[in-house]
Amino acid sequence: MAATLVEKIFSRRCGHPVRAGDVIMAPVDCAMIHDITGPLAVQKFREMGGKRVFDPEKIVLLFDHQIPADSLPAAENHVFMRRFAVEQNIHNLDIKEGICHQVVMERGRAGPGEIVVGADSHTCMYGAAGAFSTGIGSTDMGFVLKFGALYFRVPTTIRLEIEGAFCPRVGPKDLILAIAGEIGADGANYQALEFAGGTIETMDMAGRMTCCNMAVEMGAKAGIVPPDGITWEYLRARRQVNPFTLSSDRDAEFTSVHRFDAERLSPKVAVPHNVDQVVDVEKVAGTSIDQVFIGSCTNGRFEDLREAAEVLGNRSFHASVRVLVIPASRLEYLKALRAGLIEQFVAAGALVEAPCCGPCMGGAFGLLAPGEVSLSTSNRNFRGRQGSAESLVYLCSPATAAASAIRGEITDPREV
Amino acid sequence: MRTWKFGDNIDTDAIIPGRYLVIYDPRTLASHAFEGTRNEFAAEVSEGDVIVAGRNFGCGSSREHAPLALSGAGIRFIIARSFARIFYRNAINVGLLPIVCSDADRIPDGSPLSVNPKEGYIECGGIQYPIEPVPAFLQEIVDAGGLVEYARSLPEVKTCTGSQ
Ligand code: SF4
Repeated sequence: MAATLVEKIFSRRCGHPVRAGDVIMAPVDCAMIHDITGPLAVQKFREMGGKRVFDPEKIVLLFDHQIPADSLPAAENHVFMRRFAVEQNIHNLDIKEGICHQVVMERGRAGPGEIVVGADSHTCMYGAAGAFSTGIGSTDMGFVLKFGALYFRVPTTIRLEIEGAFCPRVGPKDLILAIAGEIGADGANYQALEFAGGTIETMDMAGRMTCCNMAVEMGAKAGIVPPDGITWEYLRARRQVNPFTLSSDRDAEFTSVHRFDAERLSPKVAVPHNVDQVVDVEKVAGTSIDQVFIGSCTNGRFEDLREAAEVLGNRSFHASVRVLVIPASRLEYLKALRAGLIEQFVAAGALVEAPCCGPCMGGAFGLLAPGEVSLSTSNRNFRGRQGSAESLVYLCSPATAAASAIRGEITDPREV
Repeated sequence: MRTWKFGDNIDTDAIIPGRYLVIYDPRTLASHAFEGTRNEFAAEVSEGDVIVAGRNFGCGSSREHAPLALSGAGIRFIIARSFARIFYRNAINVGLLPIVCSDADRIPDGSPLSVNPKEGYIECGGIQYPIEPVPAFLQEIVDAGGLVEYARSLPEVKTCTGSQ
């Protein structure tokens, strides 16, 4: 019987055909915890009577949200997690590597056909590696730490078919914002979003990660790209691979199929206070901004920084704007450093911070005061997300962020 | 007992802002619930109050601090037209019952309301509104009082055996 990619993943892992709607206790291939949701997961693991974690090798543990510790409670949480790692013999990446999702990907900890969970909603990003990966809460994670498995209701799939080449200064972030605008903030609730078509087939891993990362902004349980040569090559540098094919059957049943033409896309901006409030950049061009944030698990990779640097050239950022550039991981930071991008940003007036979540979640530095406006390459613009509930967050691509930072107001990157 | 009415797409950043995620105690979290977006909530909420909302309640971050903050505030039931996936499960896991009711919009703010999950309806202003049952696989967890209690009673779990 014809099956979707996601149905096939669950079927493979379970050894018998599994259909959308089935509820199964599935084994977990990798589980990620960080400094915010980790302590509660550990507490729940213990309350459940957990003594030893199911498999220390399958756990990715690191700190990225509040690093270096920005308050005493944060420091205490870090100590708590460090002790847990030692006690359980889990390799602790601590504060050194960067944002959880980027680190899981670049270490090859998620691969085609695997089931991965993370105590963070943007865990859906690993679908870029062909994994079924989804964000869960801390109690569910406590359960996973104990048993190495979790209940899943196998989701139905919405298929997105994207064709055509992007115009200059338009890219994956504009595409995923356009998709969010069309699907809506809950349009994919409980479902998987499958990205397919020529645009995706030629897209690099960085772009695929940007797209899958934001699947949850439409309520999706997972975003996924069928693994292909680009996926296997990315993984080959990171782990042992044995390529195989894994894709939805032609006649698989999708809830719906949406088609997008990449060629006709213009730069997009999500306006306050919802991710699906998406407009063409022209509509909000001229809006004055106080802070620009280039980074996050959505757009903090080398490719994103390079795009921003290309727009910037040898110009300076506008005097009235604070520009924060935060690479997504230590490795991405090194790449940017070696390519001269970091020097370019610093020379232009940016503050370049060490890899971490930064102001994305409003829990650490870079908070916004009442009335302030931020333009951000991250994934959420909820009211109060980056500080005061009276501040405004707009979301955009790295190119739009750089162009706007030059002018001090939201700017079409095709114009600078 | 009163209802607290909210609109569509109430995200977990609104329920508990990011700067409080270093806290794990439900009562302390409750003192910051809806801070900045509905300040009177934390000040006036009392044991047994009910949240009534529109579509996609609890969207966004997976932070379990959100249902914990609400349960710390004395909330036992959240009635909404629909819930975001992670929040729905988190709520059940911490012993808070999310109830799907397609008529949630018709319930006014501040009104008294009775919830009868077993009988499958809520009642407000003399009118009964039907509610959807909790999916069967989660009902066991609800009955146990949350996932922790449920997991404590499990010696092991049977996974579908791998076929790699
Ligand atoms: S960068 Fe932002 S969205 Fe990504 S994991 Fe960190 S806080 Fe979450």
